[in-house]
Amino acid sequence: MTQRYVDGNALAGPLAEVFAVDVTAAVERCVGCGRTGPVAALRVYQQAPGLVARCPGCDGVVLRLVRGPDTAWLDLKGTMSLQIPLVASG
Amino acid sequence: MGVVSPGFQGRPRTAGPQLPPGQYLIEDFPVLSAGPTPRVSLDEWEFVITTETGQVHRWSWPRFRELPGETPEVDIHCVTKWSKLGTVWRGVSLDTLLAEVDTAADFALVDSYGGYTTNLPLEDLLDGQAWIVYEYDGADLAPEHGGPARLLVPHLYFWKSAKWVHGIRLLLEDEPGFWESIGYHDYGDPWREQRYQGD
Amino acid sequence: MARAAVSGRLTRRLSWRVARLVDYRDETPTARTLLLDVAGWPGHSAGQHVDVRLTAADGYSTQRSYSLAAPADGDRLELTVQRVPDGEVSPYLTEVYSVGDPVEVRGPIGGWFVWRPTKTEPVLLIAGGSGIVPLMAMVRARRTARSRTPFRLLYSVRSPADVYYARELARPTRGDDGLDVTYVYTRSAPQGWSGKPGRIGIADINRGGWPPEFEPSCFVCGPTGFVETAADILLALGHAPGRIKTERFGPSGG
Repeated sequence: MTQRYVDGNALAGPLAEVFAVDVTAAVERCVGCGRTGPVAALRVYQQAPGLVARCPGCDGVVLRLVRGPDTAWLDLKGTMSLQIPLVASG
Repeated sequence: MGVVSPGFQGRPRTAGPQLPPGQYLIEDFPVLSAGPTPRVSLDEWEFVITTETGQVHRWSWPRFRELPGETPEVDIHCVTKWSKLGTVWRGVSLDTLLAEVDTAADFALVDSYGGYTTNLPLEDLLDGQAWIVYEYDGADLAPEHGGPARLLVPHLYFWKSAKWVHGIRLLLEDEPGFWESIGYHDYGDPWREQRYQGD
Repeated sequence: MARAAVSGRLTRRLSWRVARLVDYRDETPTARTLLLDVAGWPGHSAGQHVDVRLTAADGYSTQRSYSLAAPADGDRLELTVQRVPDGEVSPYLTEVYSVGDPVEVRGPIGGWFVWRPTKTEPVLLIAGGSGIVPLMAMVRARRTARSRTPFRLLYSVRSPADVYYARELARPTRGDDGLDVTYVYTRSAPQGWSGKPGRIGIADINRGGWPPEFEPSCFVCGPTGFVETAADILLALGHAPGRIKTERFGPSGG
């Protein structure tokens, strides 16, 4: 049993507590290897004290989220950029 | 408090003098992981202590296994709220490994194969409180539980007991590890329920 | 004023709402579909999920995510829950939870593993076990929208008794013209079924799927190992990575 991760889709609920847009539909660029892909396709390890999302290309940590009783901690230092689809304005 | 669903009890939540606040008892041994399980061959395995002056103490697997072993029987408490009582391990006391190390450091940053880190005061690794273990329940430590060797510091929350341990950096100033840098407590005493920063 | 309306909608989207059980259907001996009423439900797309929160009388609470099994229908939500032995939540939801009882739900959640009826490219759905749930929502959304988009569903189950929505999938349903369903049986097959039970393989996906030249949207849902295998096969057959969307069910603690 080596595959203990789920898809980045699993981040949708926890991140929806923090962001007004659905971040799982955003395209991220990994700091480690430069790979781009939807946040929904990251590898999420959730059997842990927090959520750890890793790059499917290099296994580097792209995003971490810890949810305390009344605080969330978000680490995006493994994310070079997030390209977020928005509803067209005007 | 949320809306109560009639008849919902949740998992059995045993409390008692043996259990720190907020913990419940389990019988199985859940596997927590923040990444893929690193596979470390014993030929390449090493344990490295680096002091604040850059002095390096290194053990290969054969040298490490020549050190005197101990068989601690301890209770473990995971910050995700499960506790497991009477776990039996075999390994080398950190007192043994640190005996020949000359340091003025107050802090330790433990690092693992796979990139995990965790920090704790150096004194919490001494005086029979911590081991590098290579057996659990009479068998070689399984990779998903941290084999070939993991740190065991049972008096702190179990995230401090780094799996796939590779080394310890001794530091004059505290440096947060993997979970400590994102909300978890720097010390993590289960009896004082130090789960998150500020607890 | 439009601005105020939008921020109000966003706030509401994430709040916990009380849902009450209206009715249920047993899909298999270990899986139950729950029909819930949630006042003011904002609607959702096929493939999205919800968080369900349960609170005990002593204040203890825990939550799980479940895929929605049907498209939006007013205040009505449909979830199918597989009972996990020794689980904490699923045994309650499939055995104890009764008509009229409340739970709390939050959602809809997730905007990526989603099919919308405005899409016209062919669709390949590959389900492993309870991974059928969000894919069934897509099948139903297609029917509801009277979409003519060609759908193929490849459904891997242990045995015929483990098939969810069995009657709905077996019987030709109005509006399901252009939906092909193929089964893969991993343990035991029904009488008269040609072939040997076994894990999903290249031949199954070749036969039950679309050629990559058709550029289908592929949705794969199931346990981690199943999804890994199916996605690898799709890539090997020449489907573009960007056309393959996956949702792995991890060890959830039930």
